[in-house]
Amino acid sequence: MSDAFFRLRGLTFAYLGSGRTVLDGVDFDLAPGERVALVGGNGAGKTTLLHLMVGLALPAAGTVEAFGKVREAEADFWDVRARAGLLFQDPDDQLFCPTVIEDVAFGPLNLGKSRHEAVAIARRTLAALALEDFADRITHRLSGGEKRLVSLAAVLAMSPDVLLLDEPTNALDAAAAERLTAHLQALPQAMLFVSHDRAFIEQLATRAVHLEDGKLSAAEIHAHPHTHVHSHFHVHAPGMADHSHDASAPAHPDHEHGAGSSND
Amino acid sequence: MNRVPVFNADGRPTREGLVQGFDPRLRIAAAAAFAVVTVSLHRLDALAVMLGIAVLLALAARLPLGPTLRRLAALDAFMAVVLLTLPFSIAGTAFLTLGPLSASWEGLFRAIEIVLKANAVVLTVLALAGTLEVVTVGHALAALGAPRKLVHLFLLTVRYIGALRDQYAQLRDAMRVRAFRLTASWHAWRSLGWLFGMVMVRSAERADRVLMAMKCRGYRGEMHVVAEMRLTAADWLAGAAFLGILAAVAAWGFLG
Repeated sequence: MSDAFFRLRGLTFAYLGSGRTVLDGVDFDLAPGERVALVGGNGAGKTTLLHLMVGLALPAAGTVEAFGKVREAEADFWDVRARAGLLFQDPDDQLFCPTVIEDVAFGPLNLGKSRHEAVAIARRTLAALALEDFADRITHRLSGGEKRLVSLAAVLAMSPDVLLLDEPTNALDAAAAERLTAHLQALPQAMLFVSHDRAFIEQLATRAVHLEDGKLSAAEIHAHPHTHVHSHFHVHAPGMADHSHDASAPAHPDHEHGAGSSND
Repeated sequence: MNRVPVFNADGRPTREGLVQGFDPRLRIAAAAAFAVVTVSLHRLDALAVMLGIAVLLALAARLPLGPTLRRLAALDAFMAVVLLTLPFSIAGTAFLTLGPLSASWEGLFRAIEIVLKANAVVLTVLALAGTLEVVTVGHALAALGAPRKLVHLFLLTVRYIGALRDQYAQLRDAMRVRAFRLTASWHAWRSLGWLFGMVMVRSAERADRVLMAMKCRGYRGEMHVVAEMRLTAADWLAGAAFLGILAAVAAWGFLG
């Protein structure tokens, strides 16, 4: 595919100190409209792969072709970084400005927008994520979920074509993760995202790739159509249950159980 | 700086006084002008007037009484040594003789002069600049033409000092839950060394990641400040009035 956003060929990367090879001849294409899940164990080199794509690290061998051009030096990556927004694992690394509006306007200002335009873009982007009330908040006083969404806004403010997301639902509670997922599903950008969160992958990914021992291979995402009865562990306040249980569940004083079968 | 430990959830000052309504740049510039005039005055009556102005400013800023007095007390305790020794170390007409030591009037006046100056300046800075949000101080300094690099260093420090403190507290807690107690033993000293070393390593790593994140958003060495400030007519008027008062006291102090 010649119209792919990214074409990585034979990427090899080893850490300077240890010499450990984390990536060993990785090939990968990212085309418009794709939302690719990048899975693999801890330390498999998933973050490194994202960093190589935007030139934060340079490969020992192989080529990074982004937006139709081979990129080799720091200066080659300047426009890549504007068109492929990287969302860092820890939003505290990303939100370095004192206030939210400044942080979101930082990218547009670097792209040469005037102060007025940059602030207007920042406000629009925040509004699109329902964050307009956060503009004047102090970044380090936001909650984890808020920081995550604001750092997404900071990336989106540069109107990228591609989003590279490094464990975006990491450390988010269920509600914040759901909110983030809903926002991401509504976005038109092609995405490559690192995640260990099955529900998140299932809701977002169009395909998946698996990184192991330095090699990248296509991974299957599929759902088995099957039915079974199983038990869920859950916690609810007494009297708040809006569901029933089968007979094998421990006795609840406050609500009825169904006459179901045993668990498996 | 007054607001640092007592951030409100929304980052606004807890109490709005008269002073808080004015432009941050004006307040910083006024505090600086006040300090310059105060330290160059030598007449005790003129300095007493400056201290009076400082008290009025503190009232106008509605500084909380307790914390403000505690800050001034800390300052005065720090200077107590100087104040007690000055009468004895400056030669002049003696007003008190303790055996071989004699205290001079000149030394006593000099001590009073220093106390008046220090308290007037600190009180004014607390009232005018200390009531600003730290972030605003950075923006105002940038708007006043302070070197950009220093301003950004200042703002990044404000942003990350909390993260550093959290990191330190986290490691400290991790030590504590494994029964670490601070004793005068090699083990304790070595562990503390590792704690500080680890905070340094993590800070350096975070600095790397922050720089990477900045590069990802197009940073190439230039920073932009977004905050916009405008001087209103009230700002001009108040600034001119304040300058007038300072000039009058200065003229009286130097010429009168």
